[in-house]
Amino acid sequence: MADLYCNIGGVESPNPFWLASAPPTDKYVNVKRAFDAGWGGAVWKTLGNDPPVVNATSRYGVHRDQARGIVGINNIELISDRPLDQNLREIEQLRREYPDRVIIGSLMAPIEEDAWKGLAAKILNTGVQGLELNLGCPHGMCERGMGSAVGQVPEMVEQTTRWVKTVAGRIPVFTKLTPNITDIVVPAEAARKGGADGVALINTVNSIVSVDLDSMAPRPTVDGKGTHGGYCGTAVKPIALNMVQAIARDPETAPLAISAIGGITTWRDAAEFIALGAQGVQVCTAAMLYGFRIVDDMIAGLTNFMEERQYRSIADFRGRALRNTVDWNDLNLNYDLKALIHQDMCIECGRCHIACEDGAHQAIRIGAGPNGHRTFTVDNDECVGCNLCLHVCPVENCIEMKPVANGLPSVSWPHHPLNPLRTGG
Amino acid sequence: MARDGALRLTVDSPTSSSPGLEQVNRMGFRPHVSNGAGLSRDQIEENFADLTPTLNHTQAHVESARCLYCYDAPCIKACPTAIDIPTFIHQIRSENLKGSARTILSANIMGGTCGRACPTEVLCEEACVLNARGEEPVKIGALQRHAVEDLMARGGSHPFTRAPLSGKTVGVIGAGPAGLSFAHRAAMLGHDAIVFEARPKPGGLNEYGLAAYKMANEFAQREIDFLLGIGGIKIEYGKALGRNVSLNELKQRCAAVFIGAGITATNALGIPGENLSGVYDALGFIEELRQAKDKSLMRTGKNVVVIGGGNTAIDAAIQSKRLGAENVTMMYRRGETSMTATAWERDLARTNEVVIRTWAMPVRFEGTAKVTGAVFEKATMQNGKLTGTGETFSIPADMVLKAIGQKLNDATFAEMKLVRGKIAVDETFQTSVPGVFAGGDCIVSGEDLTVQAVEDGKRAAIAADRYVRGA
Repeated sequence: MADLYCNIGGVESPNPFWLASAPPTDKYVNVKRAFDAGWGGAVWKTLGNDPPVVNATSRYGVHRDQARGIVGINNIELISDRPLDQNLREIEQLRREYPDRVIIGSLMAPIEEDAWKGLAAKILNTGVQGLELNLGCPHGMCERGMGSAVGQVPEMVEQTTRWVKTVAGRIPVFTKLTPNITDIVVPAEAARKGGADGVALINTVNSIVSVDLDSMAPRPTVDGKGTHGGYCGTAVKPIALNMVQAIARDPETAPLAISAIGGITTWRDAAEFIALGAQGVQVCTAAMLYGFRIVDDMIAGLTNFMEERQYRSIADFRGRALRNTVDWNDLNLNYDLKALIHQDMCIECGRCHIACEDGAHQAIRIGAGPNGHRTFTVDNDECVGCNLCLHVCPVENCIEMKPVANGLPSVSWPHHPLNPLRTGG
Repeated sequence: MARDGALRLTVDSPTSSSPGLEQVNRMGFRPHVSNGAGLSRDQIEENFADLTPTLNHTQAHVESARCLYCYDAPCIKACPTAIDIPTFIHQIRSENLKGSARTILSANIMGGTCGRACPTEVLCEEACVLNARGEEPVKIGALQRHAVEDLMARGGSHPFTRAPLSGKTVGVIGAGPAGLSFAHRAAMLGHDAIVFEARPKPGGLNEYGLAAYKMANEFAQREIDFLLGIGGIKIEYGKALGRNVSLNELKQRCAAVFIGAGITATNALGIPGENLSGVYDALGFIEELRQAKDKSLMRTGKNVVVIGGGNTAIDAAIQSKRLGAENVTMMYRRGETSMTATAWERDLARTNEVVIRTWAMPVRFEGTAKVTGAVFEKATMQNGKLTGTGETFSIPADMVLKAIGQKLNDATFAEMKLVRGKIAVDETFQTSVPGVFAGGDCIVSGEDLTVQAVEDGKRAAIAADRYVRGA
């Protein structure tokens, strides 16, 4: 029987599914419902020193796919707008009522030692199992010198982490990173130098999600004006996966625990982050769109997956994909694929042809089949094995990418005969 | 029963498998049927309301997202007017509804009627590749209707402009789909058109020959008003070829002539009792019903027998039932697979409690002054030939509607070459008389389809333009 128990940077959790610091973790009633639904933990909505912030209305914009499904949300909400004391009392109460569940206190303060330390101490008194430093919020708070304004300066990341870790002692500290930087490894390194037990990433991506062409204002619109906000949801998952692997692969940052965030909607998303080195995951958008109930399938799906692969624990497959995640320079350039279109499954939509013709390598030919039918076949001389046809084909498994048995040895660019700077034979 | 959308979606599932959006809308409304005491005026009004309410914005958007946007799509080839279907659906998806309507109308100026009345199940939707993936096809007809009706509802200027005026006038016989399509395209190409219509209203079968619930809310007339918005088209009513208009006169007045006169002579069964009171031509019945201001005043029988297996027979049978006839039986001499009525139409008839009986040839109608019954002989195929078995049976009938097809009123066209009883045309739609073009049901290839008539008219106008300009 697979066990979803995990240890995330020293925090023990019954499963790897935590709710990220956001509206779903804003108050007692939400978090209680989440725990009842089965979530392993919750990172409380970021707390600041009183007086609380004032939020604007409206707050969310969305990016949709063609079938009106939501692929991304952009928000301009700030940190908790409720009094600190009230939040702290509620955290304490939930810690008592749900001792087996995790509550992480998220905090944000001006870049002053006392402000960070004082706030951290108050939150620690509630019995939270860890602290998360919000150094990532890309809207509003950064204009006051907080959030991503701190997260974008490695020295400040290190400094704030150190301040909080000094107060936290043996309680784990996670530094939450902003993706709105050039190289995620740099702030991760800074967090490690500051004494962080782990990093949480990614925070939201700076964005304008759409423009209302009637009012000529960005969405969400507040009394006729809009601003950039933080983008999240399934659309940001690829960005997050890349940043997670970068930290997990770098020897300087590899010892950090990773609490992965970024568009996680299903157990499969979670498994992918864990395979790239995350100890646990945090979810926000999916819970906001569908409710806390989605954790049911996350738990059941991940358990099934682990049992099928005979992984007994999360640790059994954590980081398993890292060994196959390499730099481009380490790829075998003699590896060759050709697309094969299974004629019996083809529905003759022509999407592969036009995609290849206009967008790739002009390798798919239209022919005349019996009774006015069309056939689509791959010209192997032109096919470069790029996968584009496979991706646009609306029929699963109709197009197969077949490796060519060319008998050639593996060769990467540094060793390639056509590389004028090649090293060795 | 209320006809609001919410209720419609919760009604018992229809008889056909896995209803799509459109089918739920169409099938969800259960027509009122008479328990012998007839139907009230309100019930009849509901029975003749729009069969397929137009998709709302969300429905259209969701449905448009199902389209795979095929390259060189099979649905385009299956459309007689070759509407660029993937493009117009993509334009719905991108919220460019005006562009979508333009895409449709540039290929088919009567795209609104076709979205409502085309047998899409044997045209574009049959060719949809989603069928091959084991799914319901994209509701192309419903999407087309959505885009065109949106444009018409917005009003504003006509979406097409006219080429520099040629100073020439083309003459058109018949203001049906073929004639008006010809006139519209000729007007776009810079010519003026004068249309001669025998009846008091334009539209041909769109106005007189389709079931009322397919063309609800005066759609045929609204579409023609829209079509005439191009300008340069004049229609003269009460003018029939051979009666008060002659081809010779037209040839002298006009630079080119188009005949879109349809087929207006009715076929006869040639059996005893055909002249009894209560035996009618189905098209006449449909026409009267379409023109009736108050349909509850239309008379129908208690036991109605419809003879024929085409869509006109279906339209007559369903409408009889919806008027309150107790028993409506469609009688067809061959097997169901030989019917020209599509499977969708036959299903619709059955959900309207129409009984379809096959392998029965009419022998005679019974009655003294008024018809009281119809006698049929059972039929079978013998050596590839339809033959009677000698066994007869009779069914009660106080109304008989004959839907056995029309033929060309050929005396009118004595001066031109006919083939198989219809007007012969070359590949440019020109008849044997130079400068005289023809299209729609009156030509050899005529198919009893609005969409085909529109295509004929369009192509003939392009050919006539070349003829007029001496190119």
